[in-house]
Amino acid sequence: MPEPFGNVFVKGGPERLLPVTRDTRGTPMSNAHALSRAGSSPPQESDTVIAVRDLRMRYRSQDVLKGVGFTARRGEVVVLLGPNGAGKTTTIEVLEGFRMRSDGDVTVLGTDPARGDERWRARLGIVLQSWRDHGKWRVRELLAHLGSYYVPYSTALIQRPWDVDELLAAVGLTEHADKRIATLSGGQRRRLDVAIGIVGRPELLFLDEPTAGLDPEARNEFHGLVRGLADENTTVLMTTHDLAEAEKLADRILILAGGRIVADGSAGELSRQASAEATVRWTLDGRPFEEATAEPTRFVRRLFEEHGDAIGGLEVRRASLEDTYLTMVRELEAGGVPVDRAAHALGEGAR
Amino acid sequence: MSPVWYAARAGVRRGWTELRQTFTTGQDVFGYVLWTVLLMVPLFLLKDDPLKGAGISTGAFMLPSMLGMTLAFTGMMTTAQLLATEREDGTLLRAKAVPHGMVGHLVGKIIMVSGTALASMALPFAVGVFLVDGVAQQGGGALLTLLWVVPLGLLATLPIGAVIGSLVNNPRTIGLLMLPVMGLVVISGIYFPLSELPGWLQTVGQIFPVYWLGLGLRSALLPTEAVAAEIGESWRYLETAGALGAWAVAGLLLAPSVLRRMARRESGAAMAERHQKAMQRVG
Repeated sequence: MPEPFGNVFVKGGPERLLPVTRDTRGTPMSNAHALSRAGSSPPQESDTVIAVRDLRMRYRSQDVLKGVGFTARRGEVVVLLGPNGAGKTTTIEVLEGFRMRSDGDVTVLGTDPARGDERWRARLGIVLQSWRDHGKWRVRELLAHLGSYYVPYSTALIQRPWDVDELLAAVGLTEHADKRIATLSGGQRRRLDVAIGIVGRPELLFLDEPTAGLDPEARNEFHGLVRGLADENTTVLMTTHDLAEAEKLADRILILAGGRIVADGSAGELSRQASAEATVRWTLDGRPFEEATAEPTRFVRRLFEEHGDAIGGLEVRRASLEDTYLTMVRELEAGGVPVDRAAHALGEGAR
Repeated sequence: MSPVWYAARAGVRRGWTELRQTFTTGQDVFGYVLWTVLLMVPLFLLKDDPLKGAGISTGAFMLPSMLGMTLAFTGMMTTAQLLATEREDGTLLRAKAVPHGMVGHLVGKIIMVSGTALASMALPFAVGVFLVDGVAQQGGGALLTLLWVVPLGLLATLPIGAVIGSLVNNPRTIGLLMLPVMGLVVISGIYFPLSELPGWLQTVGQIFPVYWLGLGLRSALLPTEAVAAEIGESWRYLETAGALGAWAVAGLLLAPSVLRRMARRESGAAMAERHQKAMQRVG
């Protein structure tokens, strides 16, 4: 039986973790949520958890990052998308303080990561892609051990570390608590990675492709866990190649391509900007048709007026984040649209 | 308590946990037993072969020497191997991601390797002492020598191991290092007295800690007359302390900066790259 990864948020576990808000179609309401929040209260200085301006990274003579800039507010889930080699991992590692930048201003939790001390580090959570480390350790043993480093950093507001049993329940590893880590399945290891990342109750959590290799069910449960953390006011910055996941989880999506952020906004905003046209598909007398239109409602009404009951298999599809993303990346890679112009056009509405 | 001390204490617990784990892992226990068997074979074959003028058998000469060699091997090679492996599999990156995790990791590793070294010595000792005559029979005073030779030996070899482990970029390189190490054993007077070798090889052998650890262990465990087989017919306590001390100082001066440099370079990307390379090798 698959373990309930994160179901604790729905079925009543630790009270501070709230269930993910969803509408009846199962779509997370995060986008509307984020927009209303942004609209009602303008971000204050203390509310900014990550501020990056003109971040540049140069390897040998090659520019990997050519002036990346973005911010993240407290409790926001920001997803960083981009083709392989675009510099997503590099960006994250600069923010984690694991890599020195070539140039630019970076502030994470009020500190420059290049000069972050251990007190600062204690407020970060990093979910690493584990491979086979700590194979002889038992799950509970390792979480208790790594958690113990956070004890001196407990504050009146944040009790560190996370209680091991609660944490095991939150990631759905309770029944595997006494297993040696080497014997865990791939999915269980990924849960453990997440548990280790959050054991110190971080204010800011970094996840670099956290769901790679997870089956759809575990992935869905993982999403619940991330939303639960965000509802607790944990800021989350993650990378993924799964666009449906980005659409589902993100308050805000950043697309990194050609060394720059070429788009910054909610999934809905990005789709609307990249392509206003919807695709309408139907069959007439058994033959399939397809039409792209900016006004699908009117188009469909006309279709029925003309052909009535002869129309079958009607399908109206708005551009998904995937369409948006692929269009943008393809254009950038083909060199058809200069990066600067694309960034301007796509980023404008969102900023 | 300061956070650094807190992390150091977590490291002590980490060391004990890892020791418990290694002694309850079948594969590791098999390794300790195999090592003992490998040492006992020549010991058994030469237990009745008299060592010229020393009043003991060649087997009796070998036992303490091999214990010294075991200490040197574990201190250097196991430390290097663990460090390289743990860098590759991400253990070190995890340590880096928690506050003062590197302090805890280092303290834990020192305890883990020291415990492993003692266990790897205790097992062959316990078996060998029944196989050969004349070992560990000169009472408490001589055994006290162990109290400074063994800790000093760990202090001399662990930092060297840490430096090697930081410099190699994949754990399989350590396997290649075993070849020169075998040569080192031949010129370190482990299986036969160093005085039987030509003079220049004796000089080379006396540079490295393996010889001095063998000598130190022999001085503690062999009867007084066995000193006849040694260079200058002396246990050379002062030189032993001096040579091991010099290695300890050199290692302790070098290791922190090398370790820091290695730790600074650790990142998820570096690890992913090593992971990929390792997978290609397997596939």
